[in-house]
Amino acid sequence: MPEHERVRPDSRETLSLYLVGLVLLVVLPTLNVLPAEDSWLHLSDFRLNQFGKFLAFAILALGLDLIWGYCGVLSMGQGVFFGLGAYCMGMYLALQIGAESVYGSELPDFMVWTQVKELPLFWYPFKSFWGGFLGAILVPVLFATLFGFLAFRSRIKGVYFAIITQALAFAAWLVFNRNETRLGGTNGLTDFKQLLGYRLSDPSTQRGLYIITVLALGAAYLFCRWIVASRAGKVLIAIRDSESRVTFSGYTPWMYKLFVFVVSAGLAGLAGMLYVPQVGIITPAQIGVLPSLEVVIWVAVGGRGTLIGAVLGAVAVNYGRSVLTNYFPEAWPFILGGLFVVVVTMFPDGLLGMIRKVTARKQAPAPVIKAEGRTAA
Amino acid sequence: MTDGDLILNCENIVMDYDGFKALNNCNFRVQYNELRVVIGPNGAGKTTLLDVICGKTTPTSGKILFGKGINLVGKNAEDITKLGVGRKFQAPSVYGNLSVWQNLDLSIKRPSKGVFPTLMGRSSPAERARIEETLETIGLSPHAHDRAGSLSHGQKQWLEIGMVILQEPSLLLVDEPVAGMSDKETEQTGRLLTSLSEKQAIVVIEHDMDFVRQIAKIVTVLAEGTVICEGTVEAVQADDHVREIYLGRAKVAH
Repeated sequence: MPEHERVRPDSRETLSLYLVGLVLLVVLPTLNVLPAEDSWLHLSDFRLNQFGKFLAFAILALGLDLIWGYCGVLSMGQGVFFGLGAYCMGMYLALQIGAESVYGSELPDFMVWTQVKELPLFWYPFKSFWGGFLGAILVPVLFATLFGFLAFRSRIKGVYFAIITQALAFAAWLVFNRNETRLGGTNGLTDFKQLLGYRLSDPSTQRGLYIITVLALGAAYLFCRWIVASRAGKVLIAIRDSESRVTFSGYTPWMYKLFVFVVSAGLAGLAGMLYVPQVGIITPAQIGVLPSLEVVIWVAVGGRGTLIGAVLGAVAVNYGRSVLTNYFPEAWPFILGGLFVVVVTMFPDGLLGMIRKVTARKQAPAPVIKAEGRTAA
Repeated sequence: MTDGDLILNCENIVMDYDGFKALNNCNFRVQYNELRVVIGPNGAGKTTLLDVICGKTTPTSGKILFGKGINLVGKNAEDITKLGVGRKFQAPSVYGNLSVWQNLDLSIKRPSKGVFPTLMGRSSPAERARIEETLETIGLSPHAHDRAGSLSHGQKQWLEIGMVILQEPSLLLVDEPVAGMSDKETEQTGRLLTSLSEKQAIVVIEHDMDFVRQIAKIVTVLAEGTVICEGTVEAVQADDHVREIYLGRAKVAH
């Protein structure tokens, strides 16, 4: 197969990816375990856990890059799918608290203080780990299938789709905030104790979750790369470039949009599932309009339509937040907004575009179709 | 002319846009392996005619019989494409961020263009050979690996023609292919369309009368949504009604 039929990083980038993977998977956990706590090489439990959270966000960003960066469909409701995944895992974890809860009841605490006497029926599947695990993927997938079918089949496009998904995020936020939803209202689900018998407070459990997150991110990345390298991936780019031509080449664009939307929802659910046990809490604040918008910023900052850029953006922006909110907590929203404006207007190819520009100068010219070019959404 | 020789038979097509009739009882017939040119002043309904045939818009009334009498009215664009109607748009519409090769590879006729077959699909040697051959035909072999967005205007038009012919249409609809082309490119396009008409019927909309003379055997003149005259270039240019319509608009006939 000739080179031009593939969308993949060149050999140097592939090598860098392997190196980064090795660092994330082996070096960081080792630095957490081996060096003495006062050594400068030591990576604290807190930092490793925080990194695990960023990597879970990176999976969320990959999904958005697939639908927005490649197919040109801006979804501003990714937080909803993330939340559905997180709540499914959270429900399992909440039921694992058992008699350790504040009130000593088998029911989660919030049910006790909202006078729920019996476990609601829809909580039953989450008594088992597999209920939580499968639910975290399948609930967002099924929901995205239904919502996407209605939206895409009605030929809802561009800014209208963006607005509708934003409305969806707002609606989901309202629903999850209500006590009647039986999901803990504003306080969400928290105070988790154990996962499959492992104590969540134990650093080794958190280390294990971190490693699982790295592996999941690697698998998600390879899966996305497989999609964009396939002919269907080319159809996604073709839809972005000229949707009517795609129709007149015999494809049905809305089915491709639906497919990629569902994949992105599944990835968001996976991200949410990995997020909950590492962070220890899920509330409606993590699933509304603002968190959904932030995903868009990560991808834009990292570089759209590149996959690697999405991962880079998610980690860089969240790391930046954790550092800067220490010093200027009030200013963070302005920094984030400013960053978005600067990147969109001055560096449309994002961080990855800048890196590629800098490294390309030293090397031979890049292959023609390396980075999928991008146009304004 | 018997109906059996017709690949396209449009009967009494009306396209009514809130009282404005872009097509008004338009009757238009094309035979197999014919290269037909449609001319007419601006707003005559030429592009609308192609739009209703290829399913971009649905006519208010009338019948469009294609091939062995299949009525295209009411079918969607994807299905009409699969039946064998190819459409080349006026403004070049190619996938700018894909290579020329990828543009052609996506367009080639395949049994299924659903999501999953496309996800798993790989080009067969036969398909690759057809793409090579098409690159040769449209003169873009040296640019196979270039980004389609980096091609010149004329090259994009040829690429789009190549994309349409890879769908193996039995009827090819081409909207103003030489607008904005240099004289040399125009002439090459003319030769390309003439050679293609050996394999499929082609309907070309065009303004450039030099180009029309180069390629046309039979010309159809459209005005105010209806066919007013049909015949050889010379006959059409000599027609008083046609001269009257064009008077003061464009120097069609000299």
